[in-house]
Amino acid sequence: MEESQDVKITIIDRDGVSHNVDAPIDMAMNLMEVVRVYELAPEGTIGICGGMAMCASCQCYVISDHELPEMQDDEEAMLSEAFYVKDNSRLGCQIQIIPDMEGLEVELAPES
Amino acid sequence: MISTDILIIGAGPTGLFTVFEAGLLKLKCHLIDALPQPGGQCSEIYPKKPIYDIPAYPEILAGDLTEKLLEQCKQFEPGFTLGERAETINKQEDGMFVVTTNKGTKHLAPVVAIAGGLGSFEPRKPLIDNIGNFEDKGVEYIIKDPEIYRNKRVVIAGGGDSALDWSIFLANVASSVTLVHRRNEFRGHLDSVEKVQELKNSGKISLITPAEITVINGSDNVESVEVTKKDEQPVIVKTDHFIPLFGLSPKLGPIANWGLEIEKNAIKVNNALDYQTNIPGIFAIGDVNTYPGKLKLILCGFHEATLMCQAAYQIINPGKKYVLKYTTVSGVHGFDGTSKTAPKAVVKKID
Repeated sequence: MEESQDVKITIIDRDGVSHNVDAPIDMAMNLMEVVRVYELAPEGTIGICGGMAMCASCQCYVISDHELPEMQDDEEAMLSEAFYVKDNSRLGCQIQIIPDMEGLEVELAPES
Repeated sequence: MISTDILIIGAGPTGLFTVFEAGLLKLKCHLIDALPQPGGQCSEIYPKKPIYDIPAYPEILAGDLTEKLLEQCKQFEPGFTLGERAETINKQEDGMFVVTTNKGTKHLAPVVAIAGGLGSFEPRKPLIDNIGNFEDKGVEYIIKDPEIYRNKRVVIAGGGDSALDWSIFLANVASSVTLVHRRNEFRGHLDSVEKVQELKNSGKISLITPAEITVINGSDNVESVEVTKKDEQPVIVKTDHFIPLFGLSPKLGPIANWGLEIEKNAIKVNNALDYQTNIPGIFAIGDVNTYPGKLKLILCGFHEATLMCQAAYQIINPGKKYVLKYTTVSGVHGFDGTSKTAPKAVVKKID
């Protein structure tokens, strides 16, 4: 049997609508890119800096209790200047899609 | 009124390369950009980050790419209207466009090329309910004239380079400077962080961290702000100015109301031909446009700029015969009188 190359992720968009999507684990994709691929936020409102942790347009709240990779300095610094930040805020561009992400649930933070 | 052949909106990499390609066709360019310096995102967001997919550059810093593009187009003497946002466009009876900025500067051109990237960079405003009432009444998101702070009390919020740099600068201008940041750590250059530390130690800057401005008070102008530390009662700090410096974010802005066909926050263009929009004479190139198969890459912007200039030539010189010239063969002849040409082959007889 062929191994599955996708994980199931739940993304709640900025209008509160929940989307269950298949995110590939073999494309070196991050969460921000998954949101763009499925067009869950309008182009130009997410991933503005391209994924360098320099704009916070991909901020999301992690709802499920997945253990995510530890925050690097640049992500922490960016979040310290972003708006609508909560304790469970992360930058989607810094979260790589790996098999451990199966069942991950996140909500996109408002545009700012 | 500033008059030119091609009016370029956006001085990022695509806009700057347009100047070069237009120059080869003897067309003059003028650029408008909301930022105070050319380079667009490359200069504003990530000047120190490397780019690896510029042809022939295995690696180049975004800031260096801007420098190279400016150097490459220099002899075609581009004009710049910087720090102003293109606000309105009007087509005159003679077919010429008049583009007016938010500061009222008027530009006249037969061809307009929108190379606006993701839009014009607007300051990110903190989420304080009544902040809108105090804009230009003590709240400024961008420091244009530091002199207005002379002998005034100033509160700055933010943790990046601009918050640090302005705190340092204003420490010698304002009567008092208070810097408020949500964390104890700052993201700026090490030198700036150390300098702020020094100024704090000598009492020239008061630093409040980790804290946030939560309320602005004043009857007409700003009189004080409330600074709140987590799980603590807010402290009132009397001030004449509150300067939130939380970076800039691009917004398509007024261009969205120019009657252009917009799809997914981008301008639809004819990619089969020349990247013209639904309004003849207005083109959109680089990240700001969209068409089937569009890729938002700098190198695609260069290609789009090149083809667009050919169409602009036809609009400006109707019916005129044109043949593609190679720079190696014909050289580059600047409007400033300089010329670059390939050295002639050495022909020598062998006896």
